[in-house]
Amino acid sequence: MGSITLSHVKKSFGEVQIIPDISLDIKDGEFVVFVGPSGCGKSTLLRLIAGLEDTTSGQILLDGEDMTKAPPARRGLAMVFQSYALYPHMTVRDNIAFPLKMAKAPKEVIDQKVEYAARTLNLSSYLDRRPRALSGGQRQRVAIGRAIVREPKAFLFDEPLSNLDAALRVNMRLEITELHQQLKTTMIYVTHDQVEAMTMADRIVVLNAGNVEQFGSPLDLYKKPANRFVAGFIGSPRMNFVDGPEAAKYDAHAIGVRPEHFKLATAPTPGTWKGKVGVAEQLGSDTFLHVHVDGLGLMTIRTDGDQTFSHGDDVYLTPDPTRIYRFDAAGKAL
Amino acid sequence: MARNVSTGTKVGFTIAAWAVALILFSPILWVLLTAFKTEAEAISNTPTFFPQNFTLENFSAVQDRSDYFKHAINSILVSVGSTLLGLIIGIPAAWSMAFAPSKKTKDILMWMLSTKMMPAVGVLIPIYLIFRDLRLLDTVHGLTLIMTLINLPIIIWMLYTYFKEIPVDILEAARMDGAELWNEIVHVLVPMAVPGIASTLLLNVILAWNEAFWTITLTSGRAGTLTAFISSFSSPQGLFLAKLSAASLLAIAPILLMGWFSQKQLVRGLTFGAVK
Repeated sequence: MGSITLSHVKKSFGEVQIIPDISLDIKDGEFVVFVGPSGCGKSTLLRLIAGLEDTTSGQILLDGEDMTKAPPARRGLAMVFQSYALYPHMTVRDNIAFPLKMAKAPKEVIDQKVEYAARTLNLSSYLDRRPRALSGGQRQRVAIGRAIVREPKAFLFDEPLSNLDAALRVNMRLEITELHQQLKTTMIYVTHDQVEAMTMADRIVVLNAGNVEQFGSPLDLYKKPANRFVAGFIGSPRMNFVDGPEAAKYDAHAIGVRPEHFKLATAPTPGTWKGKVGVAEQLGSDTFLHVHVDGLGLMTIRTDGDQTFSHGDDVYLTPDPTRIYRFDAAGKAL
Repeated sequence: MARNVSTGTKVGFTIAAWAVALILFSPILWVLLTAFKTEAEAISNTPTFFPQNFTLENFSAVQDRSDYFKHAINSILVSVGSTLLGLIIGIPAAWSMAFAPSKKTKDILMWMLSTKMMPAVGVLIPIYLIFRDLRLLDTVHGLTLIMTLINLPIIIWMLYTYFKEIPVDILEAARMDGAELWNEIVHVLVPMAVPGIASTLLLNVILAWNEAFWTITLTSGRAGTLTAFISSFSSPQGLFLAKLSAASLLAIAPILLMGWFSQKQLVRGLTFGAVK
């Protein structure tokens, strides 16, 4: 079991308020991703749940039990750090066994669980090595192994893939998702990468300046963003925003159109936006066009990879009328 | 870019370095040579460099007059004892300053260091009176206690500096892995800080071994260490240079050998974290 409830959690460091007031309900077995820009308080929130920081006020419940004041060791959670945080003076085997030793598990149980974790994570042949003799990906696996053997109520991941190269990041992303499907344990995953958030999460918490902007499933956030911040943060490339008279036509303070929701033409069509191609980024499967639209500024358009454009080409853009997002002056979705 | 140094400059620097080393070593060399001379040769008006009548009688005379081994054992007890006691107090103290600092931590560190800037004689009378009332005068445990107290600021400062180099993530990982504070310190912090703790230990053994002011003023016959042993040879009966040299040689030999064999560790510890 591993439900996590935050009730009016607040956190300040001295005069600086990091988390004004957050309440969240994370269900048992759920994969929840905290996503947001740097300094939005997502790591702090995770550390509050872990018990590595004390809350200024509010309550943290694990399985309904108040753990607000409990030290990290008593919370029954496991954490994987961005820096891996392996014990450099211990072998891989001792690293993985450490939580079990702390729990005073019998030696046979320790050996058995370490062997199991090592097999699951393809670490069997590295058990007698020190962490410094492993690659980044292997180190991260050891850190995950150390978390698994505890059989925690929930796993906490603090940007675990940030130190890995791009290819390995995609691999590990899949491995962690697979692991979640296998273990069915609650996982909270902190990242600033919205692709990781979209691909891994059951539900995403979008944080901004210590506030929850929206909490919902990845597709919910994509299709029904609660506000301009979420609309801009979720989706890659990011949504194009237009304000002023063009938005007023839609009875809104601002409108947003995703790069994939445009119809593109090279011949003039009435009622569309005219622009010049600045940069065409060709990815093969897609081409991202950065278009300078007359009077509206720079917009990103996604087209299929077969179309070729070059700098200075005139293009005409028609936003899909059913997929225009409208926002009021405060940025709330209309 | 590599610096171009001419051979002449290299030779010049080498000679200068040897000259400085010899000047620094000359008192020890003098003691070494004098210890094997007869008393007459040692004070003769026409000094000799090498002993003309090589003799070991000074050493036996020294042992006969004031038991060397008793003083040596006291030195070992006081220097090792005070260092271990200092580490037992210093490790948790440095942990809290490095990993759970309060607003006043920096001030406390400065204040502790400032006690080392004060001349020891400034607190001689209160310490002496306290020791007298607690019946700690001329006792090994009393001396161990005062040695711990005077070296504690250095122990805490050194450990604090080493601990600051340890990534806090690793200690937090230990906490998440279910380690209580004690286990976090014993199983994670201390093994990772071994080079730092070892050099702190070595330096403090050396400092306590060489300490003379408190050992001479707070002891007489029973608890005297080797520094008190040497000073007892500059007695009202006259200065016996050869015997004084033999006593000095006996007193400094153990720590000199220890320093020699551990110099690699000492240098590594003292420059720990200086280059990253």
